[in-house]
Amino acid sequence: MLKAAGRDWHGRLSLGLLLAPALLWLGALIVLPHVELAVLSLRERIGPRLYAASLAQYETFFLEPLYWHVFVRTALMSVIATMLTLLLAFPIAWVIAKLSSGKASSLLFILCLIPFWVSETVRTLGWMILLRESGVLPALLVKLGVTRVPVELLYHDATILVGLVYTSLLFMVIPLISSLESLDNTLIEAAYDLGANGFAILRTIVIPHAAPGITAGCIVVFMLTLGNYLTPTLLGGKNSQWFTEQIYTQFITRFNWEEGAAFGFLLLGLSTAMVVCGLKITGQRFGDVMRRT
Amino acid sequence: MSTADLVATSVSKRFADHVAVDDLSFSVERGSFFSILGPSGCGKTTLLRMIAGFIAPDGGDIAIGGSSMRNIAPNRRPVNMVFQQLALFPMMSVGENVEFGLARRGVARAERVKRSHAMLERVGLHGSAGKRVDELSGGQRQRVAIARSLVLEPTLLLLDEPLGALDLKLREHMKIELKQLQSAFGTTFVYITHDQSEALVLSDHVGVMSHGRFEQLGTPQDLYYRPQTPFVAGFVGANNRIVGRATAKSGGVVEMTTGDGWIIHARSHGEIAVGDAVEGFVRPEVASLGRGPQELPTNQPVHSGHVQSLLFDGANSAVLLREDRTRREFRIALPQTGQFSDLKPQERVLFSFDPQRAVCYPARPAAVEADA
Repeated sequence: MLKAAGRDWHGRLSLGLLLAPALLWLGALIVLPHVELAVLSLRERIGPRLYAASLAQYETFFLEPLYWHVFVRTALMSVIATMLTLLLAFPIAWVIAKLSSGKASSLLFILCLIPFWVSETVRTLGWMILLRESGVLPALLVKLGVTRVPVELLYHDATILVGLVYTSLLFMVIPLISSLESLDNTLIEAAYDLGANGFAILRTIVIPHAAPGITAGCIVVFMLTLGNYLTPTLLGGKNSQWFTEQIYTQFITRFNWEEGAAFGFLLLGLSTAMVVCGLKITGQRFGDVMRRT
Repeated sequence: MSTADLVATSVSKRFADHVAVDDLSFSVERGSFFSILGPSGCGKTTLLRMIAGFIAPDGGDIAIGGSSMRNIAPNRRPVNMVFQQLALFPMMSVGENVEFGLARRGVARAERVKRSHAMLERVGLHGSAGKRVDELSGGQRQRVAIARSLVLEPTLLLLDEPLGALDLKLREHMKIELKQLQSAFGTTFVYITHDQSEALVLSDHVGVMSHGRFEQLGTPQDLYYRPQTPFVAGFVGANNRIVGRATAKSGGVVEMTTGDGWIIHARSHGEIAVGDAVEGFVRPEVASLGRGPQELPTNQPVHSGHVQSLLFDGANSAVLLREDRTRREFRIALPQTGQFSDLKPQERVLFSFDPQRAVCYPARPAAVEADA
């Protein structure tokens, strides 16, 4: 009995030691700052160096239309960007997983990966060189006679979406490839043999099989997009109105850490709510989905 | 020809460096069970996939139910296939699997459910419609795969070695079940297999395929008792194969001598002249075994050998001998009387066979080289 208990204790100790770095990281860098931010967001300055617990920060958010307009707009744009990424990534993943084999398949995958060797800032600046009024694409449009004078292609919602989709593509392609690769080709043949056309096969066989991969990709892309700061700021300029910019402004420009912390929590709440809704609508479980990524 | 459900005319298919199906013509009668039997790589899967429509033939035509299938996609052919790995849809229930084809045809939901339930009942899976595919046993899945196809009332049901993945006991059982299902539904079955016992037990007609051609097309009895080529004689059923040269000829019987001087007699098949290389075949159950000459039938040439090993397999038990002069292996089926149950390895025995029931063919070029 004593011996068994001793062994059990040893087991727990080694498990604890193995988990220690992860727990330390999680505790020091994620949980602690969030607790601090939560406390910050729930107080109000009532005098010099004098604070009281209050919900005033959250109240400001709901009373000031600009704040929640930007909030809703960020959420909608992120959903649109996620859907566009899915639509674009699905055919790419299909070609890599099903239509090409061996060398060709790895080559195509590397082609998807290569842009990510360059930092996000440089990539986004690349888009600016292409799209700004004096840039490559407007000049080309003039040369082709499409427009008379160079047009400004930056600072539109569409430009932001292009940038976001481009940044997120790989994170959608990877889970899609792995879920499509595990789809047995004879299932597709069997469905074809039983009278299904291409669309019916996609709807009844491919999508249900790939659903966990699709959901995983959507969750990752949605979170990355919602929390993206660089791309909307650079490509959207002043028009971007992205919620992360509001957080930045509160913390850095306005030096209002209380309001910034409240915004941070609102964003966290939003992404959690959207993910939960997405899982509910598609009838999936978080654990199943995460195993696919 | 009006009663043929499947007519293939000069069908051929060539892949980069080899001919998979070579100018093949045959027809399958309505309501019959037709098997294509051949070793792996003989082109039988290619042929089946051409019938299903997954591969287009390079030449020739396939007609199903009287109409040509040229340029008709798999989902528009009156043909359904039972895949080797069954390919049941794991994301659907058993009932949804069976309803799948009906739904694609736009059959109303209530009617679909009614028909799939009726079909599941006919294959002995009453009440399984709500189950998940992975809750079923191997044999039950097999039946779902067949039900899923038959509910569409196809002109032709194709089966691609569907018993290959099952264990032996279940395979024997499913063999009988398949045969019963086919006669109950009356659908024309085209079955491909490399297992000669499956082909012999199940089929009305069998095509033995090798290198993209049919070596012989006939009833199982034809193939077993009247093989037309040495390939069929060697592939269908157990056979002792002996290679040599024809040294004499009288009536329909050839005297052949092996390279090491063993002389046997066999009925000749095809044109054989004295001096030709020949391949002879003697089935294990054709030869008689005896400890003395008085135990053997009279008027048959007697050979002697030593027991090398006893192959006990119930009703299929046999003894493996080595012929005394040449040390060649020769297999003889043991009679069910138990007469030789006390046979021991190294024991000397005599054996003989009726030359009319052994057969020899002009040797295939490859066969002579292999033996020399």
